[in-house]
Amino acid sequence: MKHLLSIDDLDPEQIEGLLDRAESFAEVSKRDIKKVPALRGRTVVTLFYEASTRTSSSFELAAKRLSADVVSVKASGSSVEKGESLKDTVETLSAYDPAAIVIRHPQAGAAQMLSQWVDAAVVNAGDGMHQHPSQALLDLFALRQRIGSAEGRKIWIVGDVLHSRVARSNIQAFSMMGAEVTVAGPPTLMPRGIEASGCEVRHSLDGIEEADVVYLLRMQNERMDESFVPSIREYARLFQVNSRRLGPRQLVMHPGPVNRGVEIGGDVIDSDRCLIADQVASGLAVRMAILFELLAHGGETNTTSEGPVPIGEPA
Amino acid sequence: MNEVIDGLPDEGAENGGLPAPLVQRPGPEATILIRGAELLDPAAGLEGAHDLLVEDGRISRIADAGSIGAAEGVEVIEAEGFHVFPAFFDPHVHFRTPGQEYKEDLETGTRSAAAGGYAGVIAMANTSPPVSTAEQVEALRDRASHVASVPVGFTATVTRDMKGRELTDMAELRQAGAVAFTDDGRPIASARILRRALQYQAMTGGRIALHEEDPELSGKGVMNEGVVSSELGLRGVPPISESTMIGRDAAIAGYEGGAIQIQHLSAVESIEQVRRAKADGVDITCEVTPHHLCLTDEAVRDLDASKHKMNPPLRTEADRQALIEALKDGTIDCIATDHAPHAVHEKEVPYEAANMGVTGLETAFASVYTELVLPGTISLGLLVEKLGCGGTPFGIDPFTLAEGSRANLCLIDLDAEWVVGEDGYESRSVNSWCAGEKLRGRVLVTLADGQVAYRLRTFSLGVA
Repeated sequence: MKHLLSIDDLDPEQIEGLLDRAESFAEVSKRDIKKVPALRGRTVVTLFYEASTRTSSSFELAAKRLSADVVSVKASGSSVEKGESLKDTVETLSAYDPAAIVIRHPQAGAAQMLSQWVDAAVVNAGDGMHQHPSQALLDLFALRQRIGSAEGRKIWIVGDVLHSRVARSNIQAFSMMGAEVTVAGPPTLMPRGIEASGCEVRHSLDGIEEADVVYLLRMQNERMDESFVPSIREYARLFQVNSRRLGPRQLVMHPGPVNRGVEIGGDVIDSDRCLIADQVASGLAVRMAILFELLAHGGETNTTSEGPVPIGEPA
Repeated sequence: MNEVIDGLPDEGAENGGLPAPLVQRPGPEATILIRGAELLDPAAGLEGAHDLLVEDGRISRIADAGSIGAAEGVEVIEAEGFHVFPAFFDPHVHFRTPGQEYKEDLETGTRSAAAGGYAGVIAMANTSPPVSTAEQVEALRDRASHVASVPVGFTATVTRDMKGRELTDMAELRQAGAVAFTDDGRPIASARILRRALQYQAMTGGRIALHEEDPELSGKGVMNEGVVSSELGLRGVPPISESTMIGRDAAIAGYEGGAIQIQHLSAVESIEQVRRAKADGVDITCEVTPHHLCLTDEAVRDLDASKHKMNPPLRTEADRQALIEALKDGTIDCIATDHAPHAVHEKEVPYEAANMGVTGLETAFASVYTELVLPGTISLGLLVEKLGCGGTPFGIDPFTLAEGSRANLCLIDLDAEWVVGEDGYESRSVNSWCAGEKLRGRVLVTLADGQVAYRLRTFSLGVA
């Protein structure tokens, strides 16, 4: 594994390996000294062309916990605002000889493009509506911590699949790990041909009681302007998942940020069945695992190797 | 269609009151003996190995192979095993002049055409600024008369500055030499404006070439809508964006008795619309690009905008097969490249941000020959015919090898294998949809209106 651009780049064994690795990093995060020297002396650049809280902060912290030097570049306030092209920005940053570049970009394929220009390992932290592989991996991790393997589980992804890179990565990742994936939402927010990626398509929440996990997508207000749905009110009436629509053993996930009372009922967010906090916590461990696998591990996923050694302990 | 317009200033009297449709740089008239090449010109009833003598820019003699001796000083091409076809004609190229000469200009564009075996092209008017006045057409024709190695015809826009609101001075533009009208690059969104243009056309002539797409349905789409766009998370352009506009415009043309050319047909639904309109007697012609005949939206998976982003987008295999069928059954009149050069910095950006369009002149023959003729999908004769008849909708007859005609021909080595771009391009731009692909069939020499417009650098002629 030289880069992490898409879930497509991985096979189930590699995913298991990453999740195992993340587990050992999750332990590190519980220690007093939360840092390991794995990437000491190496540089990680995070390059964010879109606003982000969770993803950017957790990648930064992940790199720092691995003792890397971190350079964070955001589009606003940088030369990007002055019209510098992606290629020129990347060439400038390449002068720091980064070991990895983590990129979030509003356009599909930006990370892949970058990977053709640089020697560094490239991590796709979200490209347009295309892919968000680290999100899918952390979701698998959060799920594994709670209920074990995804194998044979029924997972419903509900909402605006059309505009969602999370949905695209997660359909692939959940299916790859043996889950049965159903997507549900209004037809206007379902990409034509999505069933070809191996999921079932529904236009209502009828039958949602069969789901082991309900994965909700953020409903963006700007979709109203383009008439994808008539109103938020109607959307919520048809597709909001709240405790009345769920049985006791069903779990709920959401990549955040949530619209309380739109795609998700407040009662669900505040309940035990909700994995949102687990997902956020998983983000750090999983992103440490991603950087570790790409940089410290020579690109080979090896699930049997020794875990990371904390600073201060003999290596 | 090309009637004389009474009462308007007559600036050139060669062509029924209108200037000659095509303009080329003057140059020496070729005298060349091509020996033993396989000629193929079904329209002229020519097939098989012959000697072909060009004297002073004219095909003076065709005789059995080995029967014509070379006069002293005549260039001789020993062409046994090579093929000679009537040169090709492309009714749809973008030469970017004026305003975007960093992508292409009349000199590089016509060189590119010559390298593809073309002896005539029609340049689109969506330049910067667009070609909307007689002065602009005259200036372009003047420029071409100095630099164009292949005869070029120029179009003018249907609406002033392509804004879609007012008609250009179509009569004056015709007098200045505009061969046709088009807002190519954009659809004519207003049915009312198109109707007026087609009414007015009854007086001025000049077929209206239409880029068909409903902006409301295309939205911000960047590729075909379907399984691939769904997986890649790219906004899709549905095929109905094209077909509904063709349906609308064919109905208007039928009602007004106007003449329209549907550009770069891409979808099965569109073919149905054209087929129906033709059956109804509408004066409608249409073209297809080599890339739509050879590729599908599966190619977009590599997200390489330089090779695979264009408008209309690459569609599905079912669409591609339907286009091939329509080419065979005559629904599609001709192959046009939509040669659309763009600079590297406009293409080396994420797919969604990249400009639309690919170059095609230098690879049109070889790409379709490799992808469709070699596997036996279409015949060589059909390919030569469809590459040759692009001028017909605009009143320009296909070139012929018949004795006595001006020399417009290309010499091609069908067995030559080459990698596109390996030796560079004649075009100023490198956004070829075939870049890096291995193709069969290479143009060795092109004669355009009697002049040697192109010789492959590694292929030299002998002098007897």
